[in-house]
Amino acid sequence: LLAAVLLKDMKLMDVKLGQLGSWLAMRDFTPGGIMGAVRRGYNRYYNKYINVRKGGLGGLSMVLAGYVVLSYVWSYSHVKHDRRRKYH
Amino acid sequence: MLSRLVLRAAPAALRALPPPVAVGVLHTTRPLHTTQQSLAPVPPLPEKGGEVRHGLIPEEFFQFLYPKTGVTGPYMLGTGLLLYLLSKEIYVINHETAAAACILAVIVYGIKKFGADVAAFADKLNEEKVATALAMKNEAIQTLQTAIEEEKKEQWRAEGRNYLFDAKRNNIAMLLETNYRERLLMVYNEVKKRLDYQVAMQNLKRQKEQDYMIQWVEKNVVQSITPQQQKESIAKCILDLKALSKSAHAAV
Repeated sequence: LLAAVLLKDMKLMDVKLGQLGSWLAMRDFTPGGIMGAVRRGYNRYYNKYINVRKGGLGGLSMVLAGYVVLSYVWSYSHVKHDRRRKYH
Repeated sequence: MLSRLVLRAAPAALRALPPPVAVGVLHTTRPLHTTQQSLAPVPPLPEKGGEVRHGLIPEEFFQFLYPKTGVTGPYMLGTGLLLYLLSKEIYVINHETAAAACILAVIVYGIKKFGADVAAFADKLNEEKVATALAMKNEAIQTLQTAIEEEKKEQWRAEGRNYLFDAKRNNIAMLLETNYRERLLMVYNEVKKRLDYQVAMQNLKRQKEQDYMIQWVEKNVVQSITPQQQKESIAKCILDLKALSKSAHAAV
C-alpha cells in the first residue's frame, strides 16, 4: 500500500512524464527558492565528490568539464563563423 | 545557614503551589531537551567519493543505461553524439581544437605519471591534520579524567571533616575545663581568705581579752598589797635568806 505523496514533494526521477509540466509549475521560483535550490545542488555535489577522505580526480574534473562546455556554448555564436561548410 | 534552609524549603514550597502559579514562577511551559540530538555523534566522512569513469562521467549514468543497453550502451551513445556534433558542425574544428588537444594530452600524461604520488602526499597531510585533532581530543579527555579523579579525592577528603570537628570540639572542651578550674581555684582562694580573716579576728579578740584579764588581775593584786603587808613580806624574805645562808654555810 503506497502512501500518497503530494506532487510537489516528489523527487524529479519519480515524476511521470505527463506530470512534468504541473510539477515544474509547483516549484518555488522566488529568489529565495532559487538560492535554496542552488545551495541544495551544491551541497549534494560537494558531499558526494569532494567532502570525502580520499577524493579523486573526478570531483574537480567534472566541474572543469562543465565549465568548458558552458563557455563553448556561450561562445558558439562567435565560433560558428569558422565552420568549413555553410549547409549541413 | 538560615539562607540555606530557606533555599532548601523553596522548591518544596514551589511544588506545593497550584500549577498555574508554579508555571508562571518557573518561566517554562514545555519540557526542554527531550528529543534525541540528531547530529551527535557526527557521522564519519565517507572513505571514497562517488565513482567517476574516465574522470568525466559519473558511474550512475552507466548503471542507469545498463538494463536497457548493456555494457557498451553509453559508449555507443557517446560515439553517436560525437559524430552528430562533428557532422552538423555543432562542434567546430578550428585552431582552438588543436590547442585543446595538445593541452589535454599534456594534462592526461601528467596525471597518469604523477597522480599516485600527489594523492599519497595529500593523504599524508590529511592524516597529520586528523592526528592532531585526535591528539587534542584525547588530551582533553585525559585532562577531564584527571580532574574527575582529583574531585573524587577531594570528596573523600571532605568526608574526614568529622575528625576535624571532633578535634576542635576536644580543644574547646579543654579550654572550657581549664577556665572552669581556674575560676574554681580563684573562688577557693577568696573564700579561704575570708575565713582566715574571721579566724584571725577571733584569735585576736581572745588574745586581747586574755591580756586584759591578766593585766586587770595583776593590777588588783598589786593594789591589794598594803604597805604593812609589804613590810611583813620583806622581813620574811630577809629571815628566809638568813636561813638559806646558814644552810649554805653548813653545806660548805
